[in-house]
This record gives sequence, structure tokens and C-alpha cells, in this order.
Amino acid sequence: MNIFCTLLRRELSSFFLSLTGYVIIAAVTVLVGLSFVVLIAGVGSDPFTAPVTEMFYGTFYFWLVLLLATPVITMRLFALEKASGTFETLMTTPVGDLQVVVAKFTAAIIFYMVAWLPLTACLFIVQHFTNQAGALDGGTMGGMYLGIFLIGCLFLSMGCLASAISYSQMTAAMISFVLGVSLFSLAYLAKSTPVTEHWQTQVLAYFNLFDQMHDFARGAVDTRAVIFYVSATFLFLFLTLRVVESRRWK
Amino acid sequence: MIQVSNLTKRYAGGRTAVNDISFTVARGEIVGLLGPNGAGKSTTMRVLSGFMPATSGTVRVAGFDVFHDADETRRRIGYMPENNPLYPEMRVREYLKFRARLKGLGWKKSRERVTTVMEQCGLAEVGRRVIGQLSKGYKQRVGLADALVHEPELIILDEPTIGLDPQQIRSVRALIKSLAGKHTVLISTHILPEVEMMCGRVLIMVGGRVLASDTPENLQRRMAGGSQIIAEIAAPFEALRAVWENLPEVAQFDIAAGEGEFFRCALTPRDGEDLRPLIFNLARVNGWALRELTRSRHSLEDIYMQVTKPTTEAVE
Repeated sequence: MNIFCTLLRRELSSFFLSLTGYVIIAAVTVLVGLSFVVLIAGVGSDPFTAPVTEMFYGTFYFWLVLLLATPVITMRLFALEKASGTFETLMTTPVGDLQVVVAKFTAAIIFYMVAWLPLTACLFIVQHFTNQAGALDGGTMGGMYLGIFLIGCLFLSMGCLASAISYSQMTAAMISFVLGVSLFSLAYLAKSTPVTEHWQTQVLAYFNLFDQMHDFARGAVDTRAVIFYVSATFLFLFLTLRVVESRRWK
Repeated sequence: MIQVSNLTKRYAGGRTAVNDISFTVARGEIVGLLGPNGAGKSTTMRVLSGFMPATSGTVRVAGFDVFHDADETRRRIGYMPENNPLYPEMRVREYLKFRARLKGLGWKKSRERVTTVMEQCGLAEVGRRVIGQLSKGYKQRVGLADALVHEPELIILDEPTIGLDPQQIRSVRALIKSLAGKHTVLISTHILPEVEMMCGRVLIMVGGRVLASDTPENLQRRMAGGSQIIAEIAAPFEALRAVWENLPEVAQFDIAAGEGEFFRCALTPRDGEDLRPLIFNLARVNGWALRELTRSRHSLEDIYMQVTKPTTEAVE
């Protein structure tokens, strides 16, 4: 546990004590801000019935943040260590492969959640200037952040895998971007395909990220979606662990 | 301390980097792993440090198998890989503390040890500097301090002086030499004088095999049969020739004209005998002026060339 904390601290400090970290946070803040400009321009004229959080998912900025920020957050994790050789010094200390993978992933998810914090401010601003009571409440806020957290876990675990299999940060970022876009496209396909009695469409329905996120944003937590995200995250982290271990079989 | 038996490392793709090598290193020894680039030195060290497993054969460090008891052996090894990778954005003290904690030292203990190794490695005045901005010599010392921080029994250093200026090489060498006795040290290098200066024993590796293993002195003695004595003597040419021809201890000689009335004689002794006292006596008895008297010892370089020659021929 001590070693895990040491690793986590080091990973977090390399996020928060680097320029890249703040560039990512700034970029996310700009995108979130933009999305709210669009949102307010849209609601300015007519009254709205849905909570603000739900409308936030209506803008495409949310997906833009997810697709662009996660590869940049994760690309450094393994690829940089392998490129600079510090992976060798790290792996010859008495730390376990699992500890390294989990510490890096945890640091990435913490950083990712911090990058989303400006969203809260935007939500409160909207709530402050609106006269509708249902615009924002604890449930929708919690649901939204749970959704952001779960989908973030999935995308970041894909990024971890991409970083573990590549030797350069650029390659890692590209691979995880491609993985992310593939998942996004699959979700799009799932949304546009009606669910029938065929098992294929039923499986595909699990990849309907849009509707799942929409539910979370409404404050409705669907256990099936939670299980999907958690298990997919575990799958990618497991694959990452195997890649890290693979130097033992080579 | 180290027992390597029948170690073979084959990389994916079929290239055999280390081919069936065996050697042992006793506690407290400083052993140099010498060989050209691509001889398998770094691979051997990576296996020893537990970074990569061996394809076959066993490696034991302090009685523990490096693969099966990985944690136990890693706690006992301080390893500095090739090119000494560090985190450039961290500060020296912060980095060493991070490393000490990773190696399982407690909060208080790691603080003590970091202070000690920083003093030992001459880093006390740069503790708050960012590693990326340090000179290469300092970076190398940070790497060494990292290898030492958990008081390992075995220290493995892969080319510790590469890319340093002569002054820095000197200080790093002195530092490594000071570790003798307390720690077992295994150093790889392709710089021959380095081995002569630091190591109690040399392993010469070529093409994935260990071709020779002995002290530098013994290796030189083994080669002494071929050494020469150089004497510059002011004497008539004919007299010199007669003297060398009549000396049974001289197997071969060669006389070349030197400056003024001096002649430069290159003598090959029979049975590797030291001819110098004999020559001095000769010069004294005959009243000749003797200006130079040296024994050209075989350097490790000659031995190295000789040891590595048969395989290169075999390859051709």
C-alpha cells in the first residue's frame, strides 16, 4: 500500500507539475465554457423543462472533450517511461506490475475528474440565473458526475492499453484516439439501429453510450450501464497488465 | 553473491544475446564485465537485475533465484541501467526519496538514507536542483546514489562512465572504488583502462559468451611471455650485438639507432624472465650510459584483442 501511494503521488505530481497538465485543464475548461455559451443561447428564448445537465449532453462538446482529452492524459503513462528508459529502473525495484498499472490508471482518473471540475461552476451559474427550480439538483449532478466518471474510466483504460503497447507518446495518443473514435462510432451505430429479437442488436444496444449518458445526466442510474462500464474498464486494465507483464515472456 | 549457471537469453525473433554463460562473483568483489558493443553485457545485467527472465539457466543473487524470488533479489540489488534513465522534471532529493520509498524504505529511514547517499555521492549542494538541468556528471551521480540508496548487497552498473569528461570519470571511478568490500559491484564497460583501474576481476564477454575470467594482473602475467624489454644504451653497435647474442636469457633482439650515440634495443626474454637487473649490471660493468630501461607490459587491450581474435576468425 505504501508503495502504491508513492507511485500514485509521483504520477499525480507529474500531471499537476507539468505544463501539459494545465494545457489539458485549460482546453477542457474552454470546451465546457463554449458548450454552455451554446446552451444558454439555445435556452434564452424558450422555457426549458429538462435539467441543465441533460442539456449539456445535448451539445456535442461533451464527446469532444472525452475523445480529445483522454488520449492526451494517458499517452504519457507508459510510453514515455519506455522511451526514456525509466521503465527499466521502475520495474527493477520491488514493485508489482499490478501496482504500477493501477497507480497510473488511478492518477489518470483523478486528473480527469479534476479537469471536469469547472463544469460544476458553469452549472451553478446557470442555476443562479434561471428561475426554474428543476434546473439543477443533487441527483442530476451526482448522476452526471457518475456518468462522466464511468465513461472516463472506460476511455482512460483504453488509453492505458494504447500507451502500454507503444514506445512513443504520439503513437499512444493516436492508438487511443482511434480506439475512442471506434467506440464512439459503434455507439452511433447502436443508437441508430433499433433493438429487435436478434441477439446482435441486443449486444449492440450495450454500446449505446449516448442513451446511457443521457440517463446518467437525467439522474437515472442504470445498473446495466454501470456494469458495462466497470467490466469494460477491467478488461482494458487487465490487457494493459498483460502487456506490462509480457516483457517476461519475450 | 552471484551464481550464474548456463544462462542463455534468446530474444523474440531468434537472436541469441547471451549463450550459455556461467560465472560466480564472491561477496565484496568488484568485477568488470568487458566486451565490445553487442557482446551481451547489458542483456546479462538486465537478467541479473530481474528486468527480463532468462530463456534457460539459473541466476541466483544472495542465494535467491532472480525470477522466482524477484522481490527478495530486487531488494538486494542496486541497478543503474545503460544511459542512466532519470525523471528530468523531478528534483534530486525528491527523486532519491521517491526511489527509496519504492524500494521499501520507511518514511524516516528513507530520509536518513537519502541524506547519506547524497553526501557520499557529492550531491549535497544540488539537492533542490531539477535533474533535467544538471550536468551529465551530476546526473550520473544521481543514478549511482539511486543504486545505493537502499544499501543493496549487490550493485550493478551498466557503463557508468559513458559520456563523461575525464574529470567526471575520475570522480565516478573513485566513488565506485570506495564501494569495494562493503558492496559487491558488477560493472560493464568497453573501456579497458577503466577495468584495470577499478576491478579486482575481469570477465571478457564476446558474442554472448564469457571467454576469459581472471584478475587483470593474472591475465597480464599469462601474456608476459610475449612482453619486451626496451633499453637505450650508449655503446658501440658491435659490442651490443655481441652481448645480446651471448646472453642465454635473450630469445630475440633488435637494435635500432637512437639519438646521438644511443642505440635502442628491443629484447624478448626467454620464459618471460625479467631482464632489467641483468641489463643494468651489464651497463654498469662495461661503463655504458643507460638512458631508458622499461618493460613493455601487455596491456589489457592486447589481451582483449588476443582473446577476441579466434572467434572473429571463426565467424569469417
